[in-house]
Amino acid sequence: MRIRPADVLPAARPAPDPTGRTPSEARAAFHASLSVGLGFVPLGLAFGALVVQSGLDWWWAGLSAAVAFGGSFEFLLIGLVVAAAPLASVAVAAFMVNVRHVFYALSFPLHRVRGRLGKAYSTFALCDEAYALASTERARSWPGPRVLWMQCYLHVYWTGSALTGALLGSLIPESVTGLDFALTALFTVLALDALRDLRGDLPTPLLAAVSALVARMLFPEQMLLVAFGLFTAVLLARHLMTTTGRPDRA
Amino acid sequence: MPDTAYAVGAVLVAAAVTWALRALPFAALAPLRASGTVQYLSTRMPAGVMIILVVYCLPDLSVTEARTVAPLAALAVTVGLHLWRRNALLSILGGTAVHVLLTSVVLA
Repeated sequence: MRIRPADVLPAARPAPDPTGRTPSEARAAFHASLSVGLGFVPLGLAFGALVVQSGLDWWWAGLSAAVAFGGSFEFLLIGLVVAAAPLASVAVAAFMVNVRHVFYALSFPLHRVRGRLGKAYSTFALCDEAYALASTERARSWPGPRVLWMQCYLHVYWTGSALTGALLGSLIPESVTGLDFALTALFTVLALDALRDLRGDLPTPLLAAVSALVARMLFPEQMLLVAFGLFTAVLLARHLMTTTGRPDRA
Repeated sequence: MPDTAYAVGAVLVAAAVTWALRALPFAALAPLRASGTVQYLSTRMPAGVMIILVVYCLPDLSVTEARTVAPLAALAVTVGLHLWRRNALLSILGGTAVHVLLTSVVLA
């Protein structure tokens, strides 16, 4: 790849309009975002349709998609809003479902994203899929603008399809069900790609699966929080055991 | 439609909590980036996190019920397509199509 001066000396010049400076990054990000985008579109359509079927206005689907931007929690939010749950309950539920994002700071390449505004947007739009795309081995060479563009595309896919789903919601026959599997399929694909980057490290996926199943059986209400916590703890323990076992080869 | 101010407020509360969870850990965890332990974690977490999210998304699978077939068959199709072609669009569309067909036509 050609190295542009802008990539090497980012501080040497004031940040110009990213659309003028990095058209190729925008294009590369677009291609990288397509796989996730195709998972987002059916899900976003389903989310928008569900919003209208639940008795909320169409614009609320767009507002939630654009401002909250947390796919799985937004499905939950529909039910909370329809039931007029207290705002404190909404905050607690948002915390429980989205607390997994705390772990993403460990490996998401925010240090490559330049500028206060860029970093602010990048953290705001740090959804599961953006994290998965940006933390693959392939993405280790991505400059900051490509990471930002990729996140921007994901945001547009989600908001656009949620609005479309809300506006067309009444047209989808109620007999068509099961579109929600798109989310599962999306995570499955991302998991398979991440597994390939592990190069045969079998214990890691096994520990993750066991953590998930244990959390699901013992704490179904807080499954994600418990599973992520357990998985991190077990990984840490495994790391400590292997490094203290052979300290001179570390 | 519930009260508009309330519906908007709920979105804003959800957004504030979510953004805080996504942004604040970077300040807290930044000094740890150089540590070997954090690098060990960060190379292994993506795969583990995605596996946990897959388990989270799957409904309770009961062996005795026929509708359990739908997510399992769709999952198998998604994995099979992806191992075969490594094309994310194809895998997601194929798996979702099988799930929609099974839940809305075959098992409806």
